[in-house]
Amino acid sequence: MSVTIPASDHSPTVRSRAVADHPVPSGREEEWRFTPLDRLRGLHTGSLDLSGSVGLAIESEGFVAETVTVDDPRVGATLVPTDIVAAQALTGSAGAVVLSLAAEAMGRARVVMTGQGVPAASHLVIEFAPFSKGTVVIEHRGSAVLAGNIEIRLGDGAQATVISHQAWDRDAVHVGTHAAHLGRDARLLMAHVTLGGDLVRLSPLVSYAAPGGEAELLGLYFADSGQHLEHRVFVDHDTPHCSSSVLYKGALQGEGAHTVWIGDVLVRAQAVGIDTYEVNRNLILTDGARADSVPNLELETGEIQGAGHASATGRFDDEQLFYLQARGIPEDLARVLVVRGFFADILGRLGEPELSRSVMSDVDARLGVDVEGLGVDDGEADDEVAR
Amino acid sequence: MSTLEIRNLHATVESDGEPREILRGVDLTVASGQTHAVMGPNGSGKSTLAYVIAGHPKYTVTEGSITLDGADVLDMSVDERARAGLFLAMQYPVEVPGVSVSNFLRTSVTAVRGEAPKLRLWIKEMKDAMSALQIDPSFAERSINEGFSGGEKKRHEILQLELLKPRIAVLDETDSGLDVDALKIVAEGVNRFQADGTTGTLLITHYTRILRYIHPDFVHVFVDGRIVESGGPELAQRLEDEGYERFVKAGSAA
Repeated sequence: MSVTIPASDHSPTVRSRAVADHPVPSGREEEWRFTPLDRLRGLHTGSLDLSGSVGLAIESEGFVAETVTVDDPRVGATLVPTDIVAAQALTGSAGAVVLSLAAEAMGRARVVMTGQGVPAASHLVIEFAPFSKGTVVIEHRGSAVLAGNIEIRLGDGAQATVISHQAWDRDAVHVGTHAAHLGRDARLLMAHVTLGGDLVRLSPLVSYAAPGGEAELLGLYFADSGQHLEHRVFVDHDTPHCSSSVLYKGALQGEGAHTVWIGDVLVRAQAVGIDTYEVNRNLILTDGARADSVPNLELETGEIQGAGHASATGRFDDEQLFYLQARGIPEDLARVLVVRGFFADILGRLGEPELSRSVMSDVDARLGVDVEGLGVDDGEADDEVAR
Repeated sequence: MSTLEIRNLHATVESDGEPREILRGVDLTVASGQTHAVMGPNGSGKSTLAYVIAGHPKYTVTEGSITLDGADVLDMSVDERARAGLFLAMQYPVEVPGVSVSNFLRTSVTAVRGEAPKLRLWIKEMKDAMSALQIDPSFAERSINEGFSGGEKKRHEILQLELLKPRIAVLDETDSGLDVDALKIVAEGVNRFQADGTTGTLLITHYTRILRYIHPDFVHVFVDGRIVESGGPELAQRLEDEGYERFVKAGSAA
């Protein structure tokens, strides 16, 4: 099956399950030009053997987990591959995992994918039936060369949070498409927390089945020396009266640290009354790091509530450091506070204390500070103040 | 008993690629139990004096010395100065998004006192200090200075002053932008800080009105990068009546 969509600046031109339908990227294409292909270990060639496995551990309350063949009608219903890696993730998977939450049910699931050091493919389907409410946290750990798809479907009125946490070992390569489709009045919070890996390239896609859908996309990434962390958001406003809000924040430090954020929002002619806003902010901590940030907003109708974007990449604010240091806080700890503060709004929105602690301790470690005993908030003080 | 001694202090700032001298030989001694007011016209360099004492990297000290109880302040980093007992209440406090006031205060107090205060005692201490300055408790959870009004920022500075209890406090135009009510609240905070006679205050201001609430023992007129005249509180009254004109002329003639 191959569908060719009318040309648009932003929407992909090929949508197909078949690997052969997708061109092998040369690196000159707009959508691949930021990605260092030579570090993909062949993941983009369509011919890499992805039959290796990833360890999969699922803890869930309320969700039903099944392993199905990729011919199952639930697989690929939302995520029709738009690039060769997604096609391979689908066809290369021995089977897909379907996590589903029944109508009006509440649930929570934690999925831990642990790389085994070999190339592998995975395809995860997460279905939230109408009026269900649930959270799924997917953690990527270990080392792998992974083509990983996640497709997310929200029935009418469903409220879902899906967090993909890239806590890979330093040498992992991960390319993934995370496609979500929202039913009427459904609300999705999709987040990407990317700290580990050598090269991570994720493409979150959002589309709407009916009016009233609200999508909030949040991202947090921290690239150290040599890491390439790329997030390519595409929100396809093809339905009236839906909204999207996108906020990705990144920190970078060290020689060759590279982040890429693409924010494509397409508002099609029929998508009247929509509201969209996307923001990317990058904090560059040292020389030698590079943040690419490319917001794209394409409007085919002016009959909308609002549409906008903002992008800012800045260096450490010396005045902030001076202020904190003038209160006795040593410079290295002051830097930790500023970076923690930079990420605080994202972590606050996610409301996952364990994830917050994990991110914060990662930030501390990267900045070389152990905050134990230094009076830094660990969440405990807030509770006390609130009383 | 503490003493801040400033001797023949010269400092420059980089301007259009050239060093420009802002401080031109400042001599000043502030001891515990004393309140000094440094008053001067705009552009006289009085705020630069405050920032040089605190160690702002923008300024280069080219001559002279600053010591606190004999220790060489110029040899210390910004945070070392604060831990040694110096405090600068800033004219334009900086916003630090995402860092809550409570987190900041506790981290700062831990650094200055050398150990983390016990949480329960700390919460009470912070709440009491906020209440004395009529700061709403919800400020504890807000980001540092973010969205604060001018008056809220200044009260937040004095809150830090009272919690950190430095040996010598430098208040840089803390009165600017305050209405009468806020000025009184801030002045009461400074007076509480100064009350037990163990600390010294260097108050930098353009206007005399704050001196109705904070009574200086010494008043210094600061013009063109140095102190041109020193006296008692009566000097402030004279400035109120006559303005800086006499000194500005004298300064430019020198």
